[in-house]
Parts: sequence; structure tokens; C-alpha cells
Amino acid sequence: MSELRVLAGPPAAAGPERLHDHIARLGRAPSGTTTARGLIPVIEASGLLGRGGAGFPVGRKWRTLAERGHGPATLLVNAAEGEPLSAKDRTLLRLRPHLVLDGAFLAADAIDAARIVLYVGAGHRDAATSLDRAVRERGSLPRSVDLVLAPDTYVAGEESAAVHFVDEADARPTTTPPRVYERGIGGAPTLVQNVESLAHAALIGRYGDGWYREVGRGETLGTAMVTVSGSGRDGIREIAIGTTIAELAAETGAGVDPSARQAVLLGGYFGGWVSAERGWDLPLEPIALRDGGSAFGCGVVAFLGQDRCGVRATSRIVDWMAGQSAAQCGPCVFGLRAIADATARVANGTAEGDELERLRRWSAQIAGRGACRHPDGAVGQLLSSLRVFEGEWELHQRRRTCSRERAAWMPDRRVDVA
Amino acid sequence: MSTQILWFATRGAGIVSLLLFSAVACLGLLAVARTQATWWPRFLTVELHRNLALVSVVFLGIHIVTAVLDPFTSLGIAAAIVPLASSYRPVAVALGVISVDLVVAVIVTSLLRERIGHRIWRFVHWAAYAAWPLGVAHSITAGSDAFALWMLGMTGVSVVAVGGALLYRLTAGGTNRSRLAAVANGTADPVAVDPAWTNR
Amino acid sequence: MLTRAPRPTGAPLRTELVVDRIACDGYGMCAELLPELIELDDWGYPIVAAGGVPDALLEHARRAVAVCPVLALRLARVSTAPVPRGQAGWHGPASGSVRR
Repeated sequence: MSELRVLAGPPAAAGPERLHDHIARLGRAPSGTTTARGLIPVIEASGLLGRGGAGFPVGRKWRTLAERGHGPATLLVNAAEGEPLSAKDRTLLRLRPHLVLDGAFLAADAIDAARIVLYVGAGHRDAATSLDRAVRERGSLPRSVDLVLAPDTYVAGEESAAVHFVDEADARPTTTPPRVYERGIGGAPTLVQNVESLAHAALIGRYGDGWYREVGRGETLGTAMVTVSGSGRDGIREIAIGTTIAELAAETGAGVDPSARQAVLLGGYFGGWVSAERGWDLPLEPIALRDGGSAFGCGVVAFLGQDRCGVRATSRIVDWMAGQSAAQCGPCVFGLRAIADATARVANGTAEGDELERLRRWSAQIAGRGACRHPDGAVGQLLSSLRVFEGEWELHQRRRTCSRERAAWMPDRRVDVA
Repeated sequence: MSTQILWFATRGAGIVSLLLFSAVACLGLLAVARTQATWWPRFLTVELHRNLALVSVVFLGIHIVTAVLDPFTSLGIAAAIVPLASSYRPVAVALGVISVDLVVAVIVTSLLRERIGHRIWRFVHWAAYAAWPLGVAHSITAGSDAFALWMLGMTGVSVVAVGGALLYRLTAGGTNRSRLAAVANGTADPVAVDPAWTNR
Repeated sequence: MLTRAPRPTGAPLRTELVVDRIACDGYGMCAELLPELIELDDWGYPIVAAGGVPDALLEHARRAVAVCPVLALRLARVSTAPVPRGQAGWHGPASGSVRR
């Protein structure tokens, strides 16, 4: 169910919320190191999980950095959003830049950061402009704030890649250890946090953890932004966590019963498929999804119509992911490309021998063996596809035919707030 | 009589050094080219390359020490360290001196590899490509037996061996790293390696 | 290249082989010298068995570490404490002090 919190306020058509409207609506944000440090337990108690895809507890991350040794830290506000199916971060920046800045300043105070880097994908022009203007509206600030445009690649949003780009203009992941929270930008401990996470933190800072947990169902509570595609009314929404796929489908016109759609891709290109039949009542809640073998990821909910082919959709995604490899690690480069070529052969009906067995073997081989999680994400999505579209894969390999009418699945690139 | 021994030792150790370092160079080139056979595992190339290099240094050391101590050549220690400081065939000896300096740099950085990291080590190791030819040039110009038939034969074999290994290394395709970007964007094939490589 | 000490949870430490995936170039000599713990995938890159290095194989492991021409393999002492759910990779095997 839709529940506006970070997106509460003027409608989307009104454009970016200006500073005086933001303050008129929400009052001033808590600030100062002592106050911010004191809010860390509140963020922890809220159970807020990161919204960048990994879903790591936000309060825990802030505490780790606040309790580190000596020297100033750096905060990197991550709005690279390289996931093609997600548009929530750029939308949030475009409409509520001051809420994001409140969260950023709160985090920076809490971890004693001397510098904030606003890392925005170069292609998200409106978001960058909005954020830039919002920073200027704030006037003079107690620490340096830089806006850095991230390359439009998939891995540019990975935390070590982001740090690497800020330091050396090279948006490729680096070997860890050390992790960025130990040694990041310029050697300083760095907190990398997604913009939506910061927006939620900014509200929790004002209203408390009890308020945050008033909404939602399941183990984690609160609200989350999702990007919906393949429904009747695609776009960005803020939902109560625990909303089921069925409820979201009904609200977005994707259908009232499972037969309306074939399957759903959750999380993003690095997420996983669930069949409409089995997954219709799944709650969109990170822990429940993880326990069930899929993932909330960055809030992507992409419906696949009955007339589309899941095999071809998967093949296109894997091919794209292979091309997006940072090309640093053998297993990722060779493995994903071999997997992509094999899925393409199956999708086109030109399978050579038992491609499915090959796909499973290669997936098992390359998972966990890159410097970052890119191959894991691609492989996870593939394995869930092999499960969900099992019959279709067999049909393509054995009989070299497709049971669906429309071949290609074109994910929507331009989505707005619904 | 004792001066004869020193003279023979210098020449002998020098020749052995040349042969050994040539073998070391061949092994180094073959290691990068990832040569292997059922009867010759890949690790053997690398470990032999390193161990033989240390053996070669011993003979090189004997060659230098006996040359300096030999009263006939009247080389002071300075001549063994500073190029062109020798009164006996200064250019020829200088070639050797420079070659040794480079070898020392390579050996020292190699022994300290784990501490200095791969990139610095690799940068210094390129000096080996200069050290070996300088050593050969030194042996031809400074050696008193350089144009004896047997010596020409040994020099010839060394040069052919290293030259052949270099040619092989240049044509064998080299590292995977150079192919990574092309394979990622689909312009090169991710061909799986020969099962013999993976010991399956 | 020391990293932070392991978390003081009291859990035992064990020695693990860690591969620097970016430096690794698929020479595969580590697998030749330590076939008990390292095997190669279809493209010649090492797959390290989970569970750490038993004491009996430590010398062989050191030799495998030494042979790597690009220094992509190293031994690390890591904590065997279980990682809380949802936090894998954060304080996982990556943090630990390097042992040569």
C-alpha cells in the first residue's frame, strides 16, 4: 500500500522542494555532533536497512564509523543508480533534495566527517541540478561538500568503485581488504550511504524509531521506494514494507490475480525472479524475501507479461551484465561472457548440446570469485530464471521454439512518480 | 702460479655466468608465455628461473671477485662498481659493470617482492631486458677467449636460445589481462582453456 | 599491508588462502602446488576450497603463495566467528591480519 513519508509533501509535478518549503513542512533537522551521535541508537532501534541494494543495517554502519579510531571520516552520498530498472534515487533527489541533505548532514555529524561527496550518476541531469541548487540554498556549510558526477556504468555505484573514482577517476572496484569504512576516499574511513537511506534517517532523526516502525508488516518495518515496471501504471512509489506483490499489482494495474502476469523480477538485474503463481502473495520485505531465496535489492519490481519470453529477457539481462563487467577479474569476464553466449544460443533456438548443464556449472564456478559482487548478481538472477522459467528453458533448448508471442522485453527507461 | 688460477677462475666463472643467465632469461620468458607440457609443470619454470638466478649470482660474484683480486688486470674495487673506472678495456668492463648493477637491482627487489609489492617489482624487473644483452656484449668485448671457436659456439647457443624464447614469448599470446576488456564487451571469445591446463 | 585485527569475539582463528581477484591472471601454478585446496575453473582461474588451510599443508601453501608471479595469493589469519545474518561480507573473512 502506498504510504508517503520520504515522498510526502508537494506532488511530483511541483518539482524540487525548495529550502523554505522544506523547513516550513518539517521544521529544522537535528544537527551537531552530540545530537547526531545520540541519534545512532535511535537509527539502530528503527531497524532501518540500507536502500542501495545490500540492505545492511544503517545504524550499525554509522556506529562502526563513529567508533573508529582517529582522524576525520568522509561521507559519500551514493546516487549513482546504475541499475537500469531503478529510478527511485534520481527521483528522490529531484523532488526532495533537502531531505537527503538533512540525512547527509546528520550522518556526517554522527561520524565526524570532514567532507561530504555527493556522487550522482552523470546521466541523471535533473537530479544533479536539483541537488546542486539545494546545496547552494543552504549557504555556508561547516564542511566541504563536493558534487561528483559518476560514470553511467553498472559497477560505478559499488562502494569501492565510487571511492576509486573520487580518488583516481577510475570507477572500477578495488581489492578489499581494506574495506572503504577502514580506508576510503583519500585514505580516510568512508561511509557510503544510499540517498534513500539518508532520507529515511533524516525523518527518523526528527520523529524517532517508534514513528518509523508504526508502518509496515514483517521483521523490518517502515516504508521503501520501489520502481515498478511492466504494470499498467509504471513509476516510482513509496510503499509500506511488507506490502505484498499482489497488493502492489492491484494498485499499479498489473492485475488482481496471478494469471495476469507470468513472473516478477525483484531487486534489479542483480536480483531474482519469482513466478507470479507462487510469489503473488510474497511480502516486499527484505528479510522475508532473503529467507525465501530472492531479494528486495534496490526496490525494483518488474512484471513480466504472459505474452513475453522469460528466456529472452534473461538472456538480454545477462548479456548486458557481461558487458558491464569492470573487466578486472578472470572469472567475471570469461564466465559471464561464456554464460551470456550460452543463454543467447538457447534463447535463439541454436543450443549446442546441453547448454543448461553448462550454465549451471559456470554459475557455480564464478559465484563469489570476483573482486566485487557483480558476477554474483548476474548469476543469482540467472539461477532464479532457470528455476522460474524451467519449462520455457527446456523448450528453447530441446525443441528450439518459444511458447510466447512477443520476443523482446524492453525495460522502461523513463519512469516518473506514479 | 696463483695469478693463473685467478685468471682461469675469472674466465671460467664468467663463461658459466653467461650460460646460466641465458638459461635464466629463457626460463623467465617461457614462464610469462605459460609454457607447459605433461612432463614439465608450469611451476617448474618459475621456481627454476628463480633458483638458477641465485646460482648464477654466485658465479657472477666469483667472476667479479677473482677479477678484482687478479693483479694482472689491475682492476681496483672501484672499477668493479663504477663504469669506465677500469684501466683494462674500460668500455668492455663498463658494460659488465652496468649489467651487474641491473642484475643486483633485479635480484634485491625479487628477494623483497612480498614487501615492496608487485608493481614496483615488475618495474625494476624490466631492467633484465637490458642486463642480459649488456652481459653478452661484455663477454664478447672484455673476454680474452671471445673469438675462440668453442667460445663463439657457446655465445651463439646462448643468443639463439634467448632470442628463440623471446620470439616465442611475443607470439604466444601473453597474459589473459590483455584480453579481458575485449572478452567483456564481446569482441573476443571466452574460449575455455585446454583441460590439461586445469589438470582435469 | 596490515589490516585491522580480528573482532575480539574469542572465536578461534584459522589460516586461509586469500586470492586478490584483480591481480590474479590465471597462471594456475598455485593449483599445481596445492591441488588439495586449489583447483582451476574452465578458464584457468583458481577456486580455493573453503575451510582454511590445515597445519599439515601449511608449507605447501606457503610455496604456492611464493610461486605466484603476480603476488595474487596470500595467507591470512581470520576469525571463525559466525557472521550475523544479513552482514556477510561486512566483517567477514576479508578482515584479519596478514601473516607471511
